[in-house]
Amino acid sequence: MSRVVTLKINGQDVSGREDESILDVARENGIEIPTLCQLDGLSNVGACRLCLVEIVGVSRLLPACVTRVAEGMEVNTESERLLRYRRMIVEMLFSEGNHVCPVCISNGHCELQDTAIALQINHIGMPYRFPVRQVDASHARYGLDPNRCILCTRCVRVCDEIEGAHTWDIMGRGIASQLVTDLATPWGESETCTSCGKCVQICPTGALFIKGKSVGEMTKRPDFLPYLAMMRNRKNGS
Amino acid sequence: MHLEDLQRITEEHHAAEAGLKHVLYVCSGTACQSSRSDEVVKALQAELKARGLEATCEVRQGGCQGLCARGPMAALDQGKVVYQHLTPEDAPTVVETLDSQPPDHLQLPSTMPFFTRQVRIATQIAGLLDPNELNSYIAAGGYQALLDALSNKTSNEVLQEIVRSNLRGRGGAGYPTGLKWSTVAKAPQTPKYVVVNGDEGDPGAFMDRSLMEDYPFRVLEGMTLAAYAVGASYGYIYVRAEYPLAVKRLQSAIKQAQKQNLLGSNIAGTTFSFNVEIRLGAGAFVCGEETALIASIEGGRGTPRPRPPYPAESGLWGKPTLINNVETMANIVPIIQNGGEWFAEIGTEKSKGTKVFALSGRINNTGLIEVPMGITLREIIFEIGGGIPDGKRFKAVQTGGPSGGCIPEQYLDMPVDYESLASIGSIMGSGGMIVMDETSCMVDVAKYFMEFSMAESCGKCVPCRVGTAQMYDLLCKISEGRATLDDLVLLESLCDMVKHTSLCGLGQAAPNPVVSTLRYFRDEYLAHITEKRCAAGVCQIKHEPLEVHS
Amino acid sequence: MTKKKIATIWMDGCSGCHMSFLDIDHRLLDIADLIELVHSPLVDHKDFPPDVDVTLVEGAVSSNEDLEKILKVRARTKILVSMGDCAVNANVPAMRNRFTPKALNEAIYLAPNMAQPQIPHGTVPTLLPQVRPVHAVVKVDVYVPGCPPSNDTLFYVLSELIHGRMPDLSDKTRFGA
Repeated sequence: MSRVVTLKINGQDVSGREDESILDVARENGIEIPTLCQLDGLSNVGACRLCLVEIVGVSRLLPACVTRVAEGMEVNTESERLLRYRRMIVEMLFSEGNHVCPVCISNGHCELQDTAIALQINHIGMPYRFPVRQVDASHARYGLDPNRCILCTRCVRVCDEIEGAHTWDIMGRGIASQLVTDLATPWGESETCTSCGKCVQICPTGALFIKGKSVGEMTKRPDFLPYLAMMRNRKNGS
Repeated sequence: MHLEDLQRITEEHHAAEAGLKHVLYVCSGTACQSSRSDEVVKALQAELKARGLEATCEVRQGGCQGLCARGPMAALDQGKVVYQHLTPEDAPTVVETLDSQPPDHLQLPSTMPFFTRQVRIATQIAGLLDPNELNSYIAAGGYQALLDALSNKTSNEVLQEIVRSNLRGRGGAGYPTGLKWSTVAKAPQTPKYVVVNGDEGDPGAFMDRSLMEDYPFRVLEGMTLAAYAVGASYGYIYVRAEYPLAVKRLQSAIKQAQKQNLLGSNIAGTTFSFNVEIRLGAGAFVCGEETALIASIEGGRGTPRPRPPYPAESGLWGKPTLINNVETMANIVPIIQNGGEWFAEIGTEKSKGTKVFALSGRINNTGLIEVPMGITLREIIFEIGGGIPDGKRFKAVQTGGPSGGCIPEQYLDMPVDYESLASIGSIMGSGGMIVMDETSCMVDVAKYFMEFSMAESCGKCVPCRVGTAQMYDLLCKISEGRATLDDLVLLESLCDMVKHTSLCGLGQAAPNPVVSTLRYFRDEYLAHITEKRCAAGVCQIKHEPLEVHS
Repeated sequence: MTKKKIATIWMDGCSGCHMSFLDIDHRLLDIADLIELVHSPLVDHKDFPPDVDVTLVEGAVSSNEDLEKILKVRARTKILVSMGDCAVNANVPAMRNRFTPKALNEAIYLAPNMAQPQIPHGTVPTLLPQVRPVHAVVKVDVYVPGCPPSNDTLFYVLSELIHGRMPDLSDKTRFGA
């Protein structure tokens, strides 16, 4: 059994279970910390770095999604420095791909766009890289536009951890990293894909989409995930 | 194998050696092999045979003598004569003069500061034994420490010896080795693992390669002692596949040790069992980071994960895992043999013992050296290293590879230890030391290291994946004379952001080469930006009219 | 009070931002006494005048003509406004960045269905290697994202600027709005 601990987030006294993350406890208490790679029901990878927080007595910034709460901890989620870093991370994501909001199926329903708005980003300060990336429209029902991919790996995890197919993975390194199905075969030819569409529903941007949707028409529905994860845990007896 | 067996093997070995008039060890490390040292060995052996001397004189493959710039090197009779620049054609001359003085151009004076200023602990007698022969290692005192510890010391006594030595991790960060060991020892979960990190990837670093090639048994013995101290039963040596000779020698060493029951079940008849396996890295620099290394050993993609939990608590397959660098492991045996206090007397207040450095770049004595902590950079570069060739002027020395920084002339008299190097914006790192003279452009140097970090970023976290690419682009712009002062401001804010937000050490340290060159050579950046000029004449200045920020 | 000199220019964009600007409608009359529209694609001044207070820039920097224009405009303007997504982030025009200008010219002017396939020289502006947002080329003072920004947003921006205030757009517009 986990103990209950009390801590401070942004000066506010809160309590949490020892096995909860700072992010969990913050959200329970209505304190918003931006995230892009984190999604309830999937394992946490701490990769997008948006949820970095300051902890008194710890010199490094720590990701709230994977850092457990502890008794007496003092967490700060809103410093000027954290906001500056978060803006830069989002600017980096925009500069890295080819995000053309006005012609995107997810325009208006995009977590990247929402995060940019929440952080009051009105232009991208670093140079756009304008990468050349090929769209994969080989699947009968779904499409992948890697120009809009932010490599959050939610699709990789949902496919592996929930669907059990592990069709998606990341190929290449660094700035050349890209999403692939199977061993970099076209999605439509994938032997492992079950066409369940979970990856499409949890993709935060318009990178994964249902064919036939037009600009702004693609609304993602990731709500199924916590339920599935809960059922799986119950089945596994944990 | 018991202590008495070691004694017997040593005596037999010495008896056999006593019958020999001369023993010549020719370096068979990667550097000397690339300048035909294996042919030199064959030519010398043929020459001895032709003269009927093979019964009294032996030529053997040996380990690294250090001065790679003068290779192939060889040592006669425990270093009485040190040969340089040997070629197969020199064989007759060498054999002819075995009893007298070899010609000057073939030998190096043993009074050279390169040899006299070194203190060798990790590389102790690496150059003077056959790395392929277990008995050669045993005759030199090998495995005494392990067998003595197994029968006469508790695991905690071994651990305490390391704690007392104040040895710090030689992989770069300098974490106290004893503390790491005791954390793993105290972890409740079993089984536990010991991993030796031989994924040496810094450009210009070859300390670990040399230790694995020349001293495979020393690394194995240290690792076995570590396993005994922390209670591990299984170990991995993670070696990059680019080191085929190191892999071959380690494999042979493991096989021989297993055969003699120095590895495996019930080592030396005790209840302690320890098995070791080699895992090959596929060349990803980030796999030197411990959590990425673990992922790679587990068979996954070599990407790091957030710490805590640290591997000491939850490492390989979620079990407590001790990860030490090759050089750290090579220091274990002498510490157990001579005691922690003995080790703690060498070096400075906070950095004990010695450090192996790989000297490269614009320096006369390119090669491998081991020096006590606290020696100054000036002593290393100008005395041991023999200074800068062609009468050029020293400009900077780069330590710590792509995670380190460039140190300018004003700090040459600073003692080399973990804290001092960190205080001036560099790091000890694993031991690469690249010397630069006035022909190097510091913007170009920073660009080179950033290109390395960008290419080696695993791509998992945003700041490192995109930040290194953005910083590299900006450095290209600066070096080509297309940048503005605004670009410099952006570069500096990226350095700060990537350092503080990246997931692992690779990203956190990637800005260091830029930060340190900006700190000490800002004028060079400004010359590229405002005057469109590269003083060293390295950078190709281009003129693109598109950049007209006011 | 002297009238503020206002200008607008149109580079690589669809003119939608200008349409949205015109949708300000009768409210333009409300501020007509405060401004003097000194240059605009709709007013047909041959040369961009000096000492302009506010210039609204529509479109990305795409050709050598755009480049010359924006340099001159920047030099002659106090407050430069990136109006709309094309100016702010190069947007749709930048989707051609994956192709070289040569490949684009050949695909368009040498297409099989052209009556007289030939690449024009001197008659159309030369394409730059890459389309870039305005702030990648010159300093920008105010960013108004949106595709296009609504007439309300543009009216707000204009009113604030002519009254000497910097507009706060955080809750008024966004990329792709």
